[in-house]
This record gives sequence, C-alpha cells and structure tokens, in this order.
Amino acid sequence: MTEIRNYTMNFGPQHPAAHGVLRLVMEMDGEVVERIDPHIGLLHRATEKLAESKPYNHSIGYMDRLDYVSMMCNEHAYVLAIEKLLGVTPPLRAQYIRVMFAEITRIRNHLLWIAAHGLDIGAMAVFLYAFREREDLCDVYEATSGARLHAAYFRPGGVYRDLPDEMPKYSASSVHGEKETRQKNINREGSVLDFIESFVERFPKCVDEYETLLTDNRIWKQRTVDIGIVTPDRALQLGFTGPMLRGSGVEWDLRRKQPYEVYPELQFDIPVGSTGDCYDRYLVRIEEMRQSNQVISQCVDWLKNNHGPVMIADHKLAPPQRTGMKQDMESLIHHFKLFTEGYSTPPGQVYQAVEAPKGEFGIYIVSDGANKPYRLKIRAPGFPHLASLDEMARGHMLADVVAIIGTQDIVFGEIDR
Amino acid sequence: MVEQLAQTFGASTQTAYDETTLIVQTEQLISLLETLRDDPQARFEQLIDLCGVDYSDYPPGLTEHPERFAVIYHLLSVSRNDRIRVITYVAEDRPVVPSAIDVFACANWYEREAFDLFGILFDGHPDLRRLLTDYGFIGHPFRKDFPLSGHVEMRFDEKKGRVVYEPVSIEPRVTVPRIIRQDHDS
Repeated sequence: MTEIRNYTMNFGPQHPAAHGVLRLVMEMDGEVVERIDPHIGLLHRATEKLAESKPYNHSIGYMDRLDYVSMMCNEHAYVLAIEKLLGVTPPLRAQYIRVMFAEITRIRNHLLWIAAHGLDIGAMAVFLYAFREREDLCDVYEATSGARLHAAYFRPGGVYRDLPDEMPKYSASSVHGEKETRQKNINREGSVLDFIESFVERFPKCVDEYETLLTDNRIWKQRTVDIGIVTPDRALQLGFTGPMLRGSGVEWDLRRKQPYEVYPELQFDIPVGSTGDCYDRYLVRIEEMRQSNQVISQCVDWLKNNHGPVMIADHKLAPPQRTGMKQDMESLIHHFKLFTEGYSTPPGQVYQAVEAPKGEFGIYIVSDGANKPYRLKIRAPGFPHLASLDEMARGHMLADVVAIIGTQDIVFGEIDR
Repeated sequence: MVEQLAQTFGASTQTAYDETTLIVQTEQLISLLETLRDDPQARFEQLIDLCGVDYSDYPPGLTEHPERFAVIYHLLSVSRNDRIRVITYVAEDRPVVPSAIDVFACANWYEREAFDLFGILFDGHPDLRRLLTDYGFIGHPFRKDFPLSGHVEMRFDEKKGRVVYEPVSIEPRVTVPRIIRQDHDS
C-alpha cells in the first residue's frame, strides 16, 4: 500500500480567490483540510496610528479605504463616534441622507460579494449581472460626492453637501450613437433622487434575476449547502456579527436593536438563516438587498418631501458659507481655524458601532481633549470572521475553503487596517 | 448588577456617554470576564473587541492612568442587548495579562494583534505570534515612542537580487500640531 503523507500547502497571497492578499498555510490530508493558518497583515497600513497624528476630519478619507467596498458605512461609524464625543446631532435631512447612503452601500457591498463569490465557486454569469446594477450605484456616489468609490462624503455634524438636482448624463460618441445614448439617459433626466427612485423600482427584478441564476441551481447548492456550518452558540463565541451571525439563526441587527440615526422610523425586516451554512448566509444577504431597497425607497420619499440644512450651523465644526467667508471677519476666522487646526473633542472614550454590510463595524476613540484622537481602534467585522476560518474549514475539502472565504465576505482593507 | 460585580471583584466603575466601564485588577480579570459571560443577570456572550492603549503620552491632570498600558475589552450581550467595557492596566516593565482565550474563543487573534502592536504579553495564549506586521519585524509600532515613519525601509536591490532593509530616510513631518484647548464647553 502506498504511504499517505500530509502536505503543507501555500494558498495566496496572489490567488484570485484569496480576495486580495490572503495567505493561507494549509495542512492537507489528501484533499481534506486538517489545519489552516491564515497569515494576514500584507495590507497593513497602520490606519489607527496615522489617525493619531491627524486632525479628526483628515481621517474620514482613511475610513473609506478600510472596507473599500462599503465605504460610506465605515465613515458612518467614524462620524457617529465623533458626534457622540462632541454631543452634537446632525439635522434630520442629513440623517436621512446618511441612512440612505448606508443602505446604498449595503447593496453595493452585497452586489460585489455575490459577484465575487459566484466567480470563486464557478458561476460566471452572475458577476456580469451584479456589476450592471453596481455601476448605477457608483454613478449615484459620483453625482453626490464626486467619487465613485472613496466618497469622503459624511462629516461630523452632517454631510458634505446636499443631494444635487441634476444627474450627469451620457453623451453620444462614435461608438455609442444618439439613439442608444437617449435610451441610456431616460432615467437621468431628473435629480439624483429621481434616479435613485428609478433604481429602487427596478432593483427587486434584478435580485430575482440573480436568484434565478443561483438559488435553485444544482451546482450552486452542491457547493454551498452544508458547507461551513456554524452553530448559534459557536457564532457568538467566535465574535460573529452581521450576516454571518444571522445566517446561524441569531436575530441580531444593530439597526434594529441599538438603533442610530433615523432607523427607528423606517420599516424593514431582518432575515435570519436556520442551519448556518454557506447557503443560508447567501439567502440572508439576498434578502438583505431587498430590505435595503425598501429602506432606500422610504428615505427617497422622505427626502423628496422634506427640505432643510444638511450640516449643523456650528462653525466650530462645519465650515461657513464661501460667500460669508469673503464678507465677514467672523466667518473668515472660523474657516481658517477649522482648516488649520480642526476642532477639539472633550477628553473621554467612546465606542460607536454601526451595522455595516459585513457585520458590526465599531470605532473606539480615546480622546485627551486634543484636535486629534489619542487612540483610535477600528473594530472590523471581518477580523473575527477570518480568525475562525480554521475552525470553519476543518474537515472540508480544499475547494470548500474557497466557498468559506467567499461566504465570509473577506475584504483585506478592514482586516489588516 | 454592575455595582454588585464591581464590589465582588474589587473593580471601580465609570459611566460616561451611556457606556459603562469596569476597571479591574489584572488578577481578577479572567474571573470577572467569566462571570460577565455566565451570570444570568449579565450574559455578555460576545467579546466584540479587544485592544491595547499606550497611555505614556496622555496629558497629566485628566483621568489618572495607573500604568502605562491598558487592555480594553468590549463585551456585548445579544440576549440582553447591552454593552460593557472592561479595562485592566498593565505595567511597562512586566506587561503580562492572562489570556481570555478560554472565556471567549475570538480573543485569539485580538490578543495576537495587541501583542504585535503594543508588546503586551498574554499569559496562557497558545500561539502568541505577530499578526499584522511583517515577518521579522522589530519593535511594537503602536507604542507612543515608536516613530510614525518607522525605523527601517525596504527596497529591491538589483545587484544583490533581493530585498534589502535600510534605515528610514524620510523625515517625520507634522502638518497640524496637536493642540489641547479648554474651550469645548462653550
């Protein structure tokens, strides 16, 4: 009989299924995983240390680059933490805008997740479908904040500017003719809110399309059902949050349980799984997209009927109007002080968490009363998820490791920070 | 509940910004965490976050910090919908904290991270290796005496055909100075 040996295998850090820069050292018994040792830190940029050397507002841009597929949710946690420290509440319209963008971001994140997860375990087509809708949401980001990905749109005290009245349009070229361009511009005639509204109307059908491709697909089920099962107790022990925890059947959503901003005013359901395998987590995320879509629709309705400021009037925190700055001394001084020194927070420590698409994204700030945080700790949801990869993948086949990495929705920007 | 626990474990409590904090001696830490997890009135099933803080630069006259390092545990109770923060201080010359890995399984990587970044040792941790920094990294980068620009930089040396490490060449630069003002109440 031939001798069977255990192999130690290296996976990544440049593997397409490694979602960035994951390096796994795997001990294999044949094709069965015995032990996994993830090596992380290849994308470590010491965001927390950098934030200690910068005024509060300078780090908003760093937050986008943490979980770089759910940008505004990271900003959301950061600005909420600063607001908690300062004791300010943004105007209602700003809160609705923030919640709307948090949900747009959730859809964007789940679209990228389903696309990448599908590619990883052999469903090519869903990538193309998911990116079709994601593109529209990128356009919403761009129209509102000026950037398609790293928006830096939220500010302590509100948002950077109100939603624009106009949606940018396509123009015809030698490749794209007049007729085609007119077709593409049909829902771009109105404001950004009109465009979002048309998206909201269209989107449930799109989710149906992804479901046609996957939910009853035999291959998809073979790759995900009963893979990486986590019991509810174990999920809590391992520090799971978000869809990973809800997939295991624990009904826990910070938007409902510890609501922030205007979430108490909005109607939405929290989907939960039953067995806690990859397939359940897939179903939970699909349903979350539908629910987020409803939340966006309610926010659009409110925003269309209610107008008002989107930033608090305290010029210690928010820059004064440009016109005022040219005319009166007070505004000029405020502007100068805000952009050269920033604002100081009272000494103390706060922890603020939001329900990011991947789970609980928390910001812990220790302040010494200066214009920079004394210590900033980012609680990334993916960190404990990846830490449990070893436990989840033990006894599974090598190919299932890819399915488990996909279901955890790993993004290295937030794990390595 | 919190008051009672504080008495049992000789801890002090603080409440600020609607957040409860328990400050506990290192010796009592593990039994306190176990009680917080198992006590039917507490039921903090989840360790949400664990991090280190280096208080060596903290301005005097504010909150007193008895030792240089603090280890901070954020717990979450899913069944009771509550949060609590547990802080324990450790000395610079002997930064050892008992590992919470037997109480909360997810403490594993968090403790490795705190060891990596602050050099805090977790007694009883089965695998206390560096986590985030490079293989062969020297020092603990999140300590306040570690410069922002670091100590070494690396580049590919074509003659030697490998990556070489050299002393860092960039000058640290402060764009906006750290300023503490007392006027934030106004």
